[in-house]
Amino acid sequence: MASFQLQVNGKKHQVEAEPDTPLLWILREHLDLPGTKFGCGIAQCGACTVHFNGVAIRSCSTTVSSAVGASITTIEGLSEKGDHPVQQAWKKLDVPQCGYCQSGQIMSAAALLKQNKAPSDDEIEGAMNGNICRCGTYVRIKAAIKSAASEMN
Amino acid sequence: MTLIKTSYNRRSFLKASTAAGGGLMLGFSWLASCSPSKEKLITMPDSWFDINAYIKIGENGVVTIFSPNPEIGQNVKTSMPMIVAEELDVDWEYVVVEQAPLNTVDFKRQVAGGSNSIRASWDALRMAGATARRMLLEAAAKEWNVPVNELTTEKGVIKHASGKSIGYGEVSSMAATIEVPAEVELKDVKDFKIIGKPTGNVDIDKIITGKPLFGLDYKEDGMLIAMLVHAPAFGMTLKSFEAEAAKQMPGIVDVISVKTAPDEKTWSDNNAFTEIVAVVGKTTWQVMKAKKSLSIEWEWASTPESSYDHERKLADSLKEPVSKPERIDGNPEKAFKEAAKVIERTYTAPFLAHNTMEPMNFFANVTEHKAELTGPIQTPENLRKSAASLLGLPEDNVSVMMTRMGGGFGRRLYGNFGLEAAAISQKVKAPVKLVYTREDDMTQGLYRPAYAVKYRAALDKDNNLIGFHVKGTGIHGSAVYANRFPAGAVDNYLAESVGVDSSITTGAWRAPRSNFISGVESAFLDEVAEEAGADPIDFRLKLFERNMKDPVGEKNDYEAERYAGVLKLVREKANWGTETSGVFRGVSAYFCHNSYVAQIVDLVKENGTPKVKKVWCAVDCGIVVNPEGAKNQVEGSIVDGIGHGMFSSLTFKEGTAEQQNFDKYRLIRHSEAPEEIETFFVESDIHPTGLGEPALPPVVGALANALYKATGKRVYSQPFAQKDIVLG
Repeated sequence: MASFQLQVNGKKHQVEAEPDTPLLWILREHLDLPGTKFGCGIAQCGACTVHFNGVAIRSCSTTVSSAVGASITTIEGLSEKGDHPVQQAWKKLDVPQCGYCQSGQIMSAAALLKQNKAPSDDEIEGAMNGNICRCGTYVRIKAAIKSAASEMN
Repeated sequence: MTLIKTSYNRRSFLKASTAAGGGLMLGFSWLASCSPSKEKLITMPDSWFDINAYIKIGENGVVTIFSPNPEIGQNVKTSMPMIVAEELDVDWEYVVVEQAPLNTVDFKRQVAGGSNSIRASWDALRMAGATARRMLLEAAAKEWNVPVNELTTEKGVIKHASGKSIGYGEVSSMAATIEVPAEVELKDVKDFKIIGKPTGNVDIDKIITGKPLFGLDYKEDGMLIAMLVHAPAFGMTLKSFEAEAAKQMPGIVDVISVKTAPDEKTWSDNNAFTEIVAVVGKTTWQVMKAKKSLSIEWEWASTPESSYDHERKLADSLKEPVSKPERIDGNPEKAFKEAAKVIERTYTAPFLAHNTMEPMNFFANVTEHKAELTGPIQTPENLRKSAASLLGLPEDNVSVMMTRMGGGFGRRLYGNFGLEAAAISQKVKAPVKLVYTREDDMTQGLYRPAYAVKYRAALDKDNNLIGFHVKGTGIHGSAVYANRFPAGAVDNYLAESVGVDSSITTGAWRAPRSNFISGVESAFLDEVAEEAGADPIDFRLKLFERNMKDPVGEKNDYEAERYAGVLKLVREKANWGTETSGVFRGVSAYFCHNSYVAQIVDLVKENGTPKVKKVWCAVDCGIVVNPEGAKNQVEGSIVDGIGHGMFSSLTFKEGTAEQQNFDKYRLIRHSEAPEEIETFFVESDIHPTGLGEPALPPVVGALANALYKATGKRVYSQPFAQKDIVLG
């Protein structure tokens, strides 16, 4: 066990954990932020996507020790009132089916739009290919990203 | 207006009304804490009055509707309450939805499966709304001392001919004391205001902000985390285990073995690994690490199986003579002998894992006299029965609460994980949440069976289809539906089924059997039509006409007119028959879960690689309750079908799954999905039929047919991407 100071959703947190604990489980079980999901544990499905200094990363394969000093944002901290343009687009287009992968999808999409205000289809696919949706809402996700992009521009 | 007898009796009404005023029908604090979602928009009432098990109304007119069935992403948590709200005649904006727990006294068939939630509960949901409305009307009539038939309702307000009006909330306390009517009136379909209107997912705000909703998010004070180790191969059982090292690891509470097979089984108890080793500890990561340090000995109880053996056995079984065909019309043997042309093709498909994005998990708190089970389960009633048997408790002392599920696809029809959680909790005497890793999940499956089927078609010299023969096999069971098309449209028809036994467990996977047989049937008919020199749509329409005029046989599980209807609709919408340079098209149609679907897949080539440009889809599923959710289901089914037909496969070596996570098991990804899907629903006033599954099966065939146009090659074994065909 060791002590780590983390910056999550703009707040400082002190957690006691083994250094190799994935950030995913710190968020879910130590910080009570269950919006970040467990899907595969090997960075293949994207359900655990969070922002690490603004960049989309897989929290299942990022250790707590490597997250020290970074600014971490989870789905719970993406916006104060759930009104980030990407969240709003997801609602407008009624994207989710089961909903489980969607916080990861939203976090990947939000990171993309931060870097690229008007992504092409290829760029959207490139940024989103690491996020699996087993229900197959890909067509709506792409439309929602475009809709959010136009809202943000 | 339709009169319908209610099925409520005085007893069930009294039982429900005992909670009136308190609004505490549910004792699940975690679930209560994350509902309702409209709190910010509307003021919650001070007291609730239970009108019946589906409905409680607050004094301020806010209505809570309990959604009885498990939600797996098929959107019943929105569409089922819409049906109740329709007959209740309330403003949807003032409705909050809560998931009902398992309650077999008041609800029917609380199952997510067979695309049957709406079909099976359509009448019950309407009756619940209509009964409550009637009770509210009677309460108002009593209050005003006027006859009930002088009253009307609109959006939660009762109006009298004299001009006075009163809100549902104001009469809700009195309505809760009104005797349940023996008969109620249902609305005419043409008067529907909520049904048929695109309506957003009731959980959308929670989903997009990451609120706890799913089984994996569930927690209670004092809860421990459990993970399991099952045998590494099908055919193996536990011999012994050494856990001292694991027990010394940080956070670990215990390492135990448990047996999980109940004495009294239901069909949901289909599990190859009924003795497991469980690690119980404080946090998931600690348990995961300790799990890896275990030293466990397993022994073979049956012969190890590999995919190579499966393929050979399936091929051999297709050669076996069948003593009793499933269906025989006319004289197939003679027709094939006299045919001018015989076309014979064999198709195969592998095992598939369900791979719900949320891995299996369940919460259990088993004490001496009772058990509380909470989590993602498609068959809560079966779980309660089996858990009671396993734990040695009366069924009444076992409660089951369903969480929103991160996908089902059939996997959660089989609640072994719920039983495992219960057995672990009973043994360690603590509340536990059992969590599977992805590898645990993919290797302890109830897989889509591996299938093979052989088709033969006989054409006469004028290219009429005079004989049709289908023979199916699989592990376990055949995918053949003997009474589905083209049965009933061909004079000489033979359907046969054989099967291969195996220690590998298989089960229902989205659109069971149809998910294979539809695609291969569409691919075969495409080839037969081509051999006959006919357009594949015209070829089918001719067969449907034959069935309409003069059906062959007595039992045909489809209505040819509706079947032909969706084909004609998709043909018209997609302008089938007009060639567009660089676009390669394939068509398919299928009937399952009482719904009809026809699809056209448009492929283009990008840098030489086929890509699905667009899928056109026509659906006849009766009344569409929620067009937005319905479209989403269709789109998802199409992506699901393309993905699994194209990429997915689970193979075995010495009883062990060779794909255990998403690095080796291929699921469709963003770049492989169609660019566009356009769905057309047939306008209908027929009561709703299934929609969670029917749009998946045919797309595999339409894709195969389009791939043929694009590449010049017919594909006979799935997944198609295994061969020299790719999709980008």
